[in-house]
Formats: sequence, C-alpha cells, structure tokens
Amino acid sequence: MNLRLSTAPHVHNPVTTQRLMLYVLIALLPTAAFGVYAFGVPALIILLVSMASAVLAEFLWQKIARQPVRVGDLSALLTGLILGLNLPANAPWWLAVIGSVFAVIIVKQLFGGLGDNFLNPAMAARAVLLASWPVHMTTYVAPTFFKAAVDAVATATPLVMKDASLMSLFMGNIPGTIGEVSKIAILVGFLFLLVTKTISWHIPVSMVGGVFVFSWLFGADPVMAILSGGVLFGAVFMATDYVTSPMTPWGRIIYGLGIGLIISLIRQFGAYPEGVTYGILLMNIATPLIDRFLPRKIYGHQKEAKKA
Amino acid sequence: MSEKKSLGKTFFNGIIPENPTFRLVLGTCPTLAVTTSAINGLGMGAAATFVLICSNLVISLLRKFIPDQVRIPAFIVVICTFVTMVQLLMQAFIPSLYEALGIFIPLIVVNCIILARAEAFASKNGPISSVFDGLGMGLGFTLGLVVLGSVRELIGNGSIFGINILGASYQPMLLIVLASGGFLTYGLLLGLFNLVVKKLQNKKSGKEAQAA
Repeated sequence: MNLRLSTAPHVHNPVTTQRLMLYVLIALLPTAAFGVYAFGVPALIILLVSMASAVLAEFLWQKIARQPVRVGDLSALLTGLILGLNLPANAPWWLAVIGSVFAVIIVKQLFGGLGDNFLNPAMAARAVLLASWPVHMTTYVAPTFFKAAVDAVATATPLVMKDASLMSLFMGNIPGTIGEVSKIAILVGFLFLLVTKTISWHIPVSMVGGVFVFSWLFGADPVMAILSGGVLFGAVFMATDYVTSPMTPWGRIIYGLGIGLIISLIRQFGAYPEGVTYGILLMNIATPLIDRFLPRKIYGHQKEAKKA
Repeated sequence: MSEKKSLGKTFFNGIIPENPTFRLVLGTCPTLAVTTSAINGLGMGAAATFVLICSNLVISLLRKFIPDQVRIPAFIVVICTFVTMVQLLMQAFIPSLYEALGIFIPLIVVNCIILARAEAFASKNGPISSVFDGLGMGLGFTLGLVVLGSVRELIGNGSIFGINILGASYQPMLLIVLASGGFLTYGLLLGLFNLVVKKLQNKKSGKEAQAA
C-alpha cells in the first residue's frame, strides 16, 4: 500500500488491505462466473489453477525467505484470479502456473512484496507469457455456453476480424480471454467497486475516454475500440491497482489518458492487435513521475504568496 | 594495490571475489547481447580472455614508457591490435561463431573490463602478475558468460551447448532468449551469486572470529 507515503493527519478506519482485496474479488465474481458460463470447464480449471499456484507461490516464498506468511491478505489470490481471467480458456494449465509464479515471486516478492512492486504483477506476467508463448496466448475459442459438445473452434479475436456486432461485443458472445469478453459483467463489478468506494472513477473513466478519443482521432471506430479487447477489463480491474497507479485525482486522469493513448497507438500503428497490457505496464512505470509532478496537497500547508 | 599479492590470489581474484560479470558488473553490453546460447558465451569469453591477457602483458611492459596524459589512447591502440587479431583469426577458423557474435567481436575494444584492468592493474604492476590478473579476469568473465548462456539456452531452447536436454515435448520460453529475458536472467543470477558469496564470506569471517 502507498499509505506509508501519506502525511498527517492519519485517520483510523476499519479499511484493511484484506477488505479491499475482498471487495475486488467480489467485484470480479460476475466476470469470472460469466467466463466459466461462456467457455465451460476449461475456463474453470484455468482460473482455479492460476489462483492456487499464486497463493502457493506466495506461501512458499514467504516460508523460504523467513518472512511472516501474509497469504491471508488475499492479494496473491486476487493476482492469480486476474491473471487467470487474462488467459484464453483453452490455454494449457502450465501456462497459468508459470504466469502466477512469475507474477507473485519475480514481479512482487523480489521487489519487496505487496506495496513495493513497480508493475502490476498480473499484467507483467501476461506480458511475459505473451512474449514467450505467443501461439498459446492468442489462440482464442468462441464461447460455447454449454450448448453442444462440439469441439471448440479456434478463432481470431474481434480486434483482428473487426466484424462482430456491437451487441455481441457488449454481452460477451465473442472469442477472447476468459475475463475480457462480457462488458456487462465488468460494468456490474465496476459499480460495486464505486459504491463500496474501493476505487475512484478517475482511472477507468479517463482510460476508456482516452481510448475512445484517440482511436477516433486515429481513424478507428471509437465504440468498437472501447468494447473490443481488454479495454474495459483493464480499466476497471488492472489499471486501478493501488500500488502502481498515481495518488491524486489529476494524476489518475493523466495516467488513464496515457494508457488510452498508448493502447490506441499500438492498435492503429503497431504490430500487435491489442495494446492494453503494454499501455498499463508503461504507465505503471510512469506513475512515480506523475506522483512527483502532481504531489498530494499536504494538510494545513498553504502555498506561499508570491511577493509582489 | 600497494601490497604485494601472491600470483594465486591475483588469479583467483577475478574468478569469484571480483568476478567481472557478477561482482564488478562490467562488460554488460556483450554479456547481455551474446549469451543467447552457451557456445556463444564461451566464444565471447575466450576471445575476451585472449585480448585481456595479451593487452595486460603489453601494457604492463610499456607502463614506464607511456606518458600519463596519453595513457588511454595508448591502451586503446594496444587493445585494438589484439582485437583485430582475434577478429581475423575467428573469421578464418571458426566462421560460424564469427557470424553469431557479429559486431560484438570488434566491440571488445571498448569492453570496460579490458580497459579497467589496463588502468587499474596492468599500468601499476609487473608483467607476470598482470598476465595472471588477465587470465583470472578473463576466466571469470568466461565463467559468467557460460553460466548465463547455459541458463538462457536451457530455458529458451531446451538445450545446453546445442545438446537437447529437456526433450522434444518441452515448449521453450522464448522471452528468455530475447533481450528482455537477458536482463531478467542476468538480474536474477546476479542476485543469486551475490547472495551465495555473502553467505560464504559471513561463514568465513565467523570462523576467523571464532579462531581469534
């Protein structure tokens, strides 16, 4: 948590790391449930494997490093779930294991554990998996909805085909990773996070707005741009990670717009069809810089009046 | 370097206590670039070792003739001579390795390990201990490159020195043989090496304290 960077006054409240993580986990339930409903048992296996291996990796690391075991703060469980939702449903199980272990041990623990990681663990792990096993990571199946026992058909994401209807994009009847397909489930989670004040609106709104405006400027269909790929999922659940996003409202807006710009640039002019992962990672790195230029107002501190 | 060190200590110094790759963190550009396989690491290490020994010897012999003001250009001329020799020899006798290492052979000229040893050791010590220093540093560098190259080749290709180890069903982690994987593996090995060395030193100083 960034809490230790804040200045007085410190108000005591019952919000703990564990409770915040629990809220995000609850907010992810509709998305995860839809993913399992859409893609069937393979999706459930991927989610369970990635959560279990993330928790186990954290537990074993803390045992080996002789640190107090803090698996109970649920952060590893959350990392595992988000990573699992970022994988295609037909990905091999070992992909989920390697991704979770990389996220927890290399991205988080080696940099000092929760609060000291400079990248979002799940996002960094996804980037590593994408660079290492591009075929497994970009072979998507169309949702089956438990209809028939036909073999899953491997297809390209709508970002490549560009012919899915807006309605099916919104409802989630499209191929994609387990978590990104249903926009409606993501929005339900977003509302829950807003109502419980787990996150503020600044980052998701500015990021989605950024994608909308910049893809429109670059000549793409802006509605299609925000509904396809992982924009909404990334905006609500991954860009808002406390540790790796700026602290002030204006900082958050700049951060969100920056992610939107990078995503649009990669999609329109880059070699990859999708850029959410890299957009979020690059702005994660820029976060300390944003916090330096837009620092928190210190309570009781007034700007010195300019001498005339 | 005022105190006289024994030749054995001078030689050993480059391998573990001042290993150029893992302790001094010098010459990282070729380290990251060529260690995509164990054989490339070995080739690079051997070439750099040859240049290091020869340049240390010649610079040590010339140390009284080189005026202080122009010592760096003089060192570079000596180093360049040997690098050109290595380059031509490699091109003639091991063209495949020459192709694989590419621009990084001529770049040995600006390898900081070689210039650092010329400046810090050879220009202040006699020719024999300079040769031992060059040999130790060169072997330490080679060791670092081969370890790094083996780990990256094993994970990124399933083999070591071109011999398949992990079997045909292994699906290689491509990232590790890419540039970012080089940084990642180097960082992890650097941490591990220093952890082990620290542990060993703590044990040693603990024993000395007990003896005293």
